[in-house]
Amino acid sequence: MNRSLENAKKTTSLASQIQAATGIALHHCYQCGKCAAGCPVADTMDLPSCQVLRLLQYESPEFDRQVLQSEAIWLCLSCETCHTRCPQDIGTPKVMNFLRGEAMRLRLAHPRSKDTQAFHHAFLGSVGRHGRLYEIGMLMGYKLRTGHLLKDMALGSKLHEKGKLNLLPHAIEDKAALKRLFKQTLNNPDSKE
Amino acid sequence: MSRVGVFVCHCGENIGSTVDCPEVAERCKQMPGVVHAEDYKYLCSNPGQNKIKQAIKDHQLEGVVVAACSPRMHEPTFRRAVTDAGMNAYLCEVANLREHCSWVHEEADSTTEKAVDLVRLQLEKVKRNKPLQPIEVPITKTALVIGGGVAGIQAALDIADSGHKVILVERSPALGGHMAQLSETFPTLDCSQCILTPRMVDVSRHPNITLMTYSEVEHLDGFIGNFKATIRKRARKIDEELCTGCGECLQKCPSKDISDGFNEGLTTRRAIYVPFTQAVPNIPVIDVENCRHYQKKKCDRCVKACPTKAISFNQQDELIHVDVGAIVVATGYKVMSTEKFPEYGYGTYPDVITGLQFERYASASGPTQGVIKRPSDGKEPETVVFIACSGSRDAAKGVKYCSKICCMYTAKHAMLLKHKNHNSKAYVFYMDIRAAGKNYDEFVRRAIEEDGVKYIRGRVSRVYEEDGKLVVKGADTLLGGRPVEIKADLVVLATASLPNDGQSELARKLHVGCDEYGFLAEAHPKLKPVETNTAGIYLAGACQSPRDIPETVAQASAAAAKVAALLSRSHLTREPIVAEVNRRPAPLHSDCTGCFLCESACPYRAIGQEEILDRDGIVIKTIAKINPGLCQGCGTCVATCRTKAIDLHGFSNEQIFAEIMSL
Repeated sequence: MNRSLENAKKTTSLASQIQAATGIALHHCYQCGKCAAGCPVADTMDLPSCQVLRLLQYESPEFDRQVLQSEAIWLCLSCETCHTRCPQDIGTPKVMNFLRGEAMRLRLAHPRSKDTQAFHHAFLGSVGRHGRLYEIGMLMGYKLRTGHLLKDMALGSKLHEKGKLNLLPHAIEDKAALKRLFKQTLNNPDSKE
Repeated sequence: MSRVGVFVCHCGENIGSTVDCPEVAERCKQMPGVVHAEDYKYLCSNPGQNKIKQAIKDHQLEGVVVAACSPRMHEPTFRRAVTDAGMNAYLCEVANLREHCSWVHEEADSTTEKAVDLVRLQLEKVKRNKPLQPIEVPITKTALVIGGGVAGIQAALDIADSGHKVILVERSPALGGHMAQLSETFPTLDCSQCILTPRMVDVSRHPNITLMTYSEVEHLDGFIGNFKATIRKRARKIDEELCTGCGECLQKCPSKDISDGFNEGLTTRRAIYVPFTQAVPNIPVIDVENCRHYQKKKCDRCVKACPTKAISFNQQDELIHVDVGAIVVATGYKVMSTEKFPEYGYGTYPDVITGLQFERYASASGPTQGVIKRPSDGKEPETVVFIACSGSRDAAKGVKYCSKICCMYTAKHAMLLKHKNHNSKAYVFYMDIRAAGKNYDEFVRRAIEEDGVKYIRGRVSRVYEEDGKLVVKGADTLLGGRPVEIKADLVVLATASLPNDGQSELARKLHVGCDEYGFLAEAHPKLKPVETNTAGIYLAGACQSPRDIPETVAQASAAAAKVAALLSRSHLTREPIVAEVNRRPAPLHSDCTGCFLCESACPYRAIGQEEILDRDGIVIKTIAKINPGLCQGCGTCVATCRTKAIDLHGFSNEQIFAEIMSL
C-alpha cells in the first residue's frame, strides 16, 4: 500500500471538488468531533463523520478513494444535526450527498449501499412522475429493485389503516414545471442551492 | 522591666467562643510584672487600639502583650498603636490565641488554660525585649541590567526613562539577542528587526544608559540598594573611540570560513566581524581564536585597511567595578540543537534544521535575503514538514515542559513559506495547538484556513533520507493512529527552548535560585513573578521560562517598575530583627573564635569577616561580621555558632529560654 502523500493535489482532490461545487471549505474543520458526537447513526458508521472530513483534508487519492468506498456516506440521514451544531459551520450532509454521487459515478459505492440506492431511485422516480410521492408505486419499485418482496409486509396494513396507501397516484397540476425542475437539477447536480 | 499591660481580644466569636477571655485577663493580672490586664471584643478596631494607648499612658506601661490573632495579621497594627502612645514598637508582642488556640480546640477549661500559657510565654519575652530601631540602608540609584535582548532593552529603557542611571551589560558584541535574528513576528507579521532596531538605537543614545557590549558580570557582592558588581569588559581589539564603523577592515580579513553564529551556522563570517548590519554598536570585534595575527603570529591586513588606526591588537580585558542598587537579569534562552534527535538523523541531515535557522532563511537580512532555501543544495523546497514539540514535553529524552512559543512560530513559519512560495506544501505535525494569546488562535486558523497549511495531529517517529528526499513517518491520531508518510524537501524542528549557556554560573554569582530545569526562579509564581529570592534582583524574559515577545516586554516593564520604585526611595527601611556578633572587652574582644561556620551556613551571604586591630593597626583577631542590610533574621547562624557569640535582636537566646522556662 502506498501511504505516501506526495501525489496529493496532482489530480483534483475531492476536497477541492466539494469546495467548487458546494462552497464548503473542508480545511476549516478543526476536528473537535461534535458532529460525530451528535450523529444519530454514528454507531453504525464505519467512519465517523469527523474522520470522513479528516481523510478528505489530506487531499490524497488514496484517502479520497477510501471515503468513497465507505459505508458511512450511505448511512447519513441528512438530518442536519451535525451542521446545526458545527462551530465552523460546515455542512456535512451536503458533503455526504456529494460523496454519494461521486461514489456512484465512479462505481465505488459500498456493496451494502445497494438497498439505499434502490430506495433513492424508487423515491425520486415516483416524485419525478407524479410531483408527489405515490406510496404503492414507490414500494413496488423498491421491492422489485431489491428483491425484498415480503419484508416489512406487516407495516403495509398499518399504513392502509391510516389511509396512507392510496390505490391510485395523485399527480400535481403543473407537470411541465416538475419536468423543468428535474431536468435542471440533473443537468447541474452540484449547484450550490 | 516589670510594668507590662496585657490585652485580650475576643476577635468577635473567633476567640471568645472557645476561650474564656475575661478569665484569661483576670489570670494575667496575677502574673508577676503585669500591672494592667483587660479584654475587649475587637482590639484591632479604633476603640480597641485607643484602649491600649490609654492604658500605656495611665499605667506608664513599659511593655505590651496583645493576645489576639496571628502576628502576621495585626502585629503591625498594634505596633503602630503603641508607637502612637510613645512606646518603642518592638516592646509590643502578640500572643496568637486564634490560630494557635481557639480555632484548633473545642471550648474547654484546658483551652482557656492554654491561652493563659500562650500569654505567659509572650510576657516573659516582652520583659526581656529591648527597644530596637529600624535599620536604614542607603540606595545607589543605578540599575544593572544583564542581557541586551528585547527584555534587557525594554527594562533598561523603562528604568532610564524614569530618571535613573542604567548600566546595560551584553555578552555578545551587539544588542538585540534572539529577536534581532527573527524574520517576522506573530501574530501580526511585523518585521522583527524593524521594530527592534529603533529600540537598540534608543538604548545607545539614552543619556541615562551606559551600554557595555562584549562584557559579562564577573562577580557580585553586596545587598539590595548596595550591590557591588565587577564586570569583565572583554577586549574587542578595536579602539571604540577611534572606530567609525566604516567596515574597511571586514573586507580585508583573510580568515573566512568561520561559522556565523548570528545566522545560526548557515553562513560563514571572517575573524574580524560585526554580527549583523544594523548592529548596535556598529563596532567590529576580532575573534582571537580564529584571527591569523594571534594564531599564526602574522597578518595585519585589518590594521593596514583601517583608516583611523583603530585596530589595537594589544588591548586587554578590563575589570570594571560598579556600584548598583538593583539588578534586572534578562539573559534569555537558547534552542536545543538538531543533534539531540537520533530519530530525526542526529543532526546529520543538512536539510533537518531548527526553527531559528528557518527564521534566518525567512529573514530579509538572512543568508538568502528572505528566500526560503534548503542548506544541502540551495534549492527552494517544495514540501516542508514542521515538527512541533521537538524535545519539548518529552520527559524521556527532552524536557518535560512546554516551550510555549513553538506552536505560534511554527504556524508563522508555515505561513511565511506559503506566502513566499505559493506552490509549496506545508505540513505541521503537532500534539496540541497552544495558541492562547491575543489574536493567537485566529493566527493559527488563518494559517490553516487561508494559507492551506496541513496540520496533522501526531508525533513524528522517524525522518530518514531516501532518493534525495526526507521521508517523514508519523501517524494521524485523529484517524485512530493511522500511519502517515510525507516525502519532504526540508524538515524544520521546533526544538525546545533551554536555559541559556552559562545561566547557572551566573545564578550562582548573583545568588539567585534556579528551577529544576535551570531557568531562574521567581520569588512567588503568582504574587512575585518578577522578583527573585534575593532582594533587589529581578527577572525579565525567557531566562525565567520560555516566553514570547509580548510577554517578555510586559515582564521587562514590570521588573523596571519594581526597580524604579526601589531607586526612587531615599533609603531602605528594614526590620531590625537581625543577628549580631557580640563584642567583649579586651583581651577577648568577642566570643567569636573566627571559625566562620556561620559564614558558610548563612543562606543570604550576610556574614563576612572583620579584623580587630590594635592601636598600631596590627590585626589581633579576625571575627565574623554580620551585614545588617543583608541579614534576614533567620537565625541559622545563631544555631550554628559553637561559642554562642551570635544573638538575634528581638529573639535572643535569653528570651527564648525564658519563654520555655515559664511553661
